[in-house]
Amino acid sequence: MIQAFFFYLFAAITIASAVMVISARNPVHSVLFLILAFVNAAGLFMLAGAEFLALILIVVYVGAVAVLFLFVVMMLDVDFTELRQGFLQYLPVGMLVGVIFLAELIAVVGAWVIAPTVVGSTASPIPDMDQVSNIEAIGRLLYTRYVFFFQAAGMVLLVAMIGAIVLTLRHKANVKRQNIAVQVARTRVTSIEVRHVEPGKGL
Amino acid sequence: MVIGLSHYLSVAAILFTLGILGIFLNRKNVIVILMSVELILLAVNLNFVAFSAHLNDLMGQIFALFVLTVAAAEAAIGLAILVVFFRNRGTIAVEDINMMKG
Repeated sequence: MIQAFFFYLFAAITIASAVMVISARNPVHSVLFLILAFVNAAGLFMLAGAEFLALILIVVYVGAVAVLFLFVVMMLDVDFTELRQGFLQYLPVGMLVGVIFLAELIAVVGAWVIAPTVVGSTASPIPDMDQVSNIEAIGRLLYTRYVFFFQAAGMVLLVAMIGAIVLTLRHKANVKRQNIAVQVARTRVTSIEVRHVEPGKGL
Repeated sequence: MVIGLSHYLSVAAILFTLGILGIFLNRKNVIVILMSVELILLAVNLNFVAFSAHLNDLMGQIFALFVLTVAAAEAAIGLAILVVFFRNRGTIAVEDINMMKG
């Protein structure tokens, strides 16, 4: 009973905030509703028994991705009201596509059955929650059988990080920068010059 | 009342549809399109987790973790490209992005 209550609560807030994400006038509000949607989706994950994934969702999405969005929205000086023009113009065709798509998805959800061979052949069964916690079970699987996929995921993140830095880094020509190699390589010969100054005269 | 697989799948289907609708409605605003893509990926993750719980198979959660990784990388690269584009052109309207004549 309590599970059903929380499921409907989280699901309703997730969907309502998803609607607000795509329809809010101000993109900052869109980002904040995106955060709300992710937090409630994390609640849904928690109800489904994926505790580690729920907390990772909050850490990664709310902590990193949504803040990145917020950063970019606030940093770019864009006239967002101009970008919203045509919203009502696209509404009918968008609604049409959305309704058709949703009807197809619901038809699929209502009609399929899981083949009995699939039920019998789970690749890696979830261990009993009383003995092995969710995070430990994921760790045991992720660092053994899926370790190469794990490293590939790390590679993806590394490439994304390097790519983002390379794309956005720029050197302005008229800004003085510290060059440590040049500073360290200075010697007495290159930095000072001894002049003999005759008395009563300047240089 | 028991919450089953079909409840989760319905929520994920609605979320996915809202993401696609967001791409259609905000055709001019790249930032909202990127947010809609995030919503779509969230719906996919919800499906993975629901099937993982229903079939008692941990692999769905592992796969959802990888989807999360790719989504984070995609958001970072997409926003970096957006910032560079705004720096060069001074606008992020989608119909102005036509330099490659695609």
